[in-house]
Amino acid sequence: MEHAFSPYTDNGGTTVAIAGKDFVVVGGDTRQSEGYNINSRYAPKVFALSNGSVLATGGMYADAVTLVKTLGMRLEWYQFQHDKDMSSPALAQMLSTILYGKRFFPYYVWNTLGGLDENGEGAVFSYDPVGNFQKYKYGCGGSASHLIQPFLDNQIGRKHLDTQIDYTIEQVKKIMMDAFTSATERDIYTGDNLEIFIITKDGVTKELHPLKRD
Amino acid sequence: MAMVGKNCVAIACDKRFGVQALTLGMDFDKIFPVNDKLMIGLAGLATDVETLHEKFRFKVNMYKLNEDREITPKTFAHLVSSTLYEKRFGPYFVDPVVAGLNPDGTPFICSTDLIGCINFAKDFVVAGTASSMMYGMCESLWEPDLEPESLFETISQAMLNAVDRDASSGWGILVHVITPEKIISRTLRARMD
Repeated sequence: MEHAFSPYTDNGGTTVAIAGKDFVVVGGDTRQSEGYNINSRYAPKVFALSNGSVLATGGMYADAVTLVKTLGMRLEWYQFQHDKDMSSPALAQMLSTILYGKRFFPYYVWNTLGGLDENGEGAVFSYDPVGNFQKYKYGCGGSASHLIQPFLDNQIGRKHLDTQIDYTIEQVKKIMMDAFTSATERDIYTGDNLEIFIITKDGVTKELHPLKRD
Repeated sequence: MAMVGKNCVAIACDKRFGVQALTLGMDFDKIFPVNDKLMIGLAGLATDVETLHEKFRFKVNMYKLNEDREITPKTFAHLVSSTLYEKRFGPYFVDPVVAGLNPDGTPFICSTDLIGCINFAKDFVVAGTASSMMYGMCESLWEPDLEPESLFETISQAMLNAVDRDASSGWGILVHVITPEKIISRTLRARMD
């Protein structure tokens, strides 16, 4: 009997990116699963890139790693050719082109890109696997995105509320941690650790927070 | 969706009636009173919602006549469960939610699946097409011992933001808060698209 080979698998995981006035916070859980199994409790799916942007990935881990490798290479070439780092909006467009380049055998990855735009303001770019993308103020992707997206609409987008708030980095971090602790309760593919990247004009910092491991 | 508060419960539903992507009505309430302290919400196939509502009304009236007392939430939940399980191999396509106050005034909520498997929750229950969004909202907004007004605000925010992210739900929502003294009912505008 012949066993059918599938080139795709879903490794689960959830990512969130929230832009502020002059910063972006990008986070993702660190669990890597396959079906009911956990492959790793610490397999980072959020990657700091050489130009100061941060890419959060979800879906198939192997495809994500391959994509980040390609991106790293293209950023290096760009730096050598132009003697400057690629801007975040340029990277956003290039990522779309790379994804669409594999339109008929796509990378099985849901990307969320965080960076500072041409005016130094926080920007979030959300993608589907074939490169459709849009710039947002906040976004989330992955297995618990259904649970988190309406929460972000409410708390960041202030939907159905009558006050608008310009959040500080600390406040955004708190909202993100709340989002992930809630998602961890109901989504089996989200948990173990939350890795957060904070992007400002001074660079990128990283921190790790524990989540429930069950 | 239903939520527990301090000596009160809240139950909410959207008002959309449609077949997959086609919206046919915007005034379809899915919550029905059982008695002064008990309500049932029925999401799912509209014809089964109507049928079951009538069936439960009949059964509750018969219960009242036979027992000469109001049905308790727990008994009603089991009535719902056995009514659904009766049709185990040709089920009604509904997702019921029950919310009410026990005779001693303590809050009661539960939900069942379409064949009557009961989920007695202590915090909140959700049902229908936007259930995953509602889980995310409830899990982050709900806290224990909310007073009626805070409970109303919490369930409203949870419901509004959840249905706005679901293409098959919306067109306004209806919220009831059941307290020992009275039932507070309010209709809220969601995104009308």
